[in-house]
Amino acid sequence: MGNLVSGVVAIALGVGGALLLFYVLNALAERMPKEWEERFKPYAFIGPSLAVVGIFLLYPAIQTFWFSFQTRIGTPNQEFTLANYEFLFTDPGIRDSLINNLLWIIFVPAGAVALGLLVAVLADRLLPRWEKITKSIIFMPMAISFVGASTIWLFMYAWRPPGSEQFGLITAIITGIAGPMDEPLIQISTGRLNSFALMAVMVWLQTGFAMVLLSAAIKNVPTDTIEAARIDGATEIQIFWRVTVPQIRSTIVVVTTTILILVLKVFDIPRVMTSGNFNTNVIANIYYDLAFTFGDRGRASVVVVALIVMTLPFMYINIKRFREQEAMR
Amino acid sequence: MSAQTAPPTEETKDKPALKPSKEDTGAGWGPRIALILLCALFTVPTLGLFVSSFRADETLLRRTGWWTAFGEQFDLSNYSTVLDAGMGESFINSITVAVPATIIPIMAAAFAAYAFAWMDFKGREFLFIIFVGLLVVPLQVAFIPLTQLFNAVGITNDFLKLWLAHTGFGMPLAVYILRNYIGSLPREVIESAKVDGASHFETFWRLILPLSVPALAAFAIFQFLWTWNDFLVALIFMTGGQEVVTVTLAELVGSRGQDWHLLTAGAFISMIVPLIVFFSLQRFFVRGLTAGSVKG
Repeated sequence: MGNLVSGVVAIALGVGGALLLFYVLNALAERMPKEWEERFKPYAFIGPSLAVVGIFLLYPAIQTFWFSFQTRIGTPNQEFTLANYEFLFTDPGIRDSLINNLLWIIFVPAGAVALGLLVAVLADRLLPRWEKITKSIIFMPMAISFVGASTIWLFMYAWRPPGSEQFGLITAIITGIAGPMDEPLIQISTGRLNSFALMAVMVWLQTGFAMVLLSAAIKNVPTDTIEAARIDGATEIQIFWRVTVPQIRSTIVVVTTTILILVLKVFDIPRVMTSGNFNTNVIANIYYDLAFTFGDRGRASVVVVALIVMTLPFMYINIKRFREQEAMR
Repeated sequence: MSAQTAPPTEETKDKPALKPSKEDTGAGWGPRIALILLCALFTVPTLGLFVSSFRADETLLRRTGWWTAFGEQFDLSNYSTVLDAGMGESFINSITVAVPATIIPIMAAAFAAYAFAWMDFKGREFLFIIFVGLLVVPLQVAFIPLTQLFNAVGITNDFLKLWLAHTGFGMPLAVYILRNYIGSLPREVIESAKVDGASHFETFWRLILPLSVPALAAFAIFQFLWTWNDFLVALIFMTGGQEVVTVTLAELVGSRGQDWHLLTAGAFISMIVPLIVFFSLQRFFVRGLTAGSVKG
């Protein structure tokens, strides 16, 4: 309870402090000669938030880059090294995780977009009331944390030895169809089957997001283009692939990249469901173990550098898209 | 990244006339059955957990399927057990973390957003591009340096660490959403305030802030759910023995993975607040998510 009180104080200080700071900066600016005032004020307004991202994101990025070239960090023997990069490129654990990350990147965005598109297209044909209810249901998992969703699906995958009644729904269905299972689904690493079981959780979580954006895009497709195709005798499936999809391509790209960025950094689901065991490890979990289980800051930093390098293309795309929007403004 | 602050779902909802009449397309039975199956896929997992959490007999709970539990005794005993096992305290902690972490960044972000949208200055585009670029930066970049920084500065309070960290991590998104929204306000409104002799501060306080309530709400809800559902940041910065719901739940899974009476009830306690937010504020929630799902 004492923490709740300090929470309230923190809100008051945070918001009040920000207001006071801006008020003072503004008053200060107004005392300056007019010309200086106009020059100074914008920086006073953006200064605090720029300082915040500087401290919490930019400075750490620089330090991480620096640490990736250091060994025995924090000791008097700290020195320059390339060993962390050698580790990054040769460690079998990292290579294995990268394969998993690659599978996640290929299958999760594709799965979520495909399912989201399916729901968006089908629900569009329902009466508005039913459409709304359907979309709410598909969207609901988005409110659930990765840890919560992992627990829900661990319960679905729960397993008991052959001969006992199964209480995990999926295990019960599989054993009902295919006969007894000798081990839990999330431990079967043959063909990385268990990685796919974990990916299913992420698809389940992200389909709603894909659906919301894709549904909005579909509704913006001009109806006369669809009518024209229909008059020409196109089937519904032809209309979907040749008329609708080409017109929502940019939304499909946006949704796919957004989920892809998320998946690149996936941590919670493998951490909670398998702790990265049974060949399901991912790069963000390796980072966590290196940094906080083994305390190897150099190696942990090099893994982060790898993560950043992988996100750079998307950073570039975002900035490019932003500039295009600005040009149209 | 989705550029629009308000996704078109909001608009289309208000314009039913644009929708082709139902007779034109008409859902056949095939699509309807497919949708029913999909809806089942998206509700049954959560439903199963929910039903199970009320099963009074914990032995039956981990021996028989929840779909066979009809006629069994249901009560709240699992909830009281897990609340006493630390989940109750964690629930309070989650509130203590999430509410300030949501509110604190807003004011600073709103000032910056106003400057980016309506003031002319050198380096405006370059500085804003920093925020756009940081939207997707992996948070892993910050954990080791910030841990050192907190130590060096002498910040030992876990809650303070989390408030600061979430403020920092949420700032690019806050500035981005608010700048897009404030920038879309009509130019005449801002100009007229200027003609009336209002300073930037007055314009911001009297005009921009009240007009930006939808965008502020969208960000606030996104940030609240993000901080409530966050696992990684809390796992790393809460070192003093306190925990939030996600961390407690993950720990229960790790240490008591067979005790499904604890896990089912615990999972539900961790989910109840976001679910309430979801069902009561879905409109804003959709906006916040679609505008903010790029966050690292």
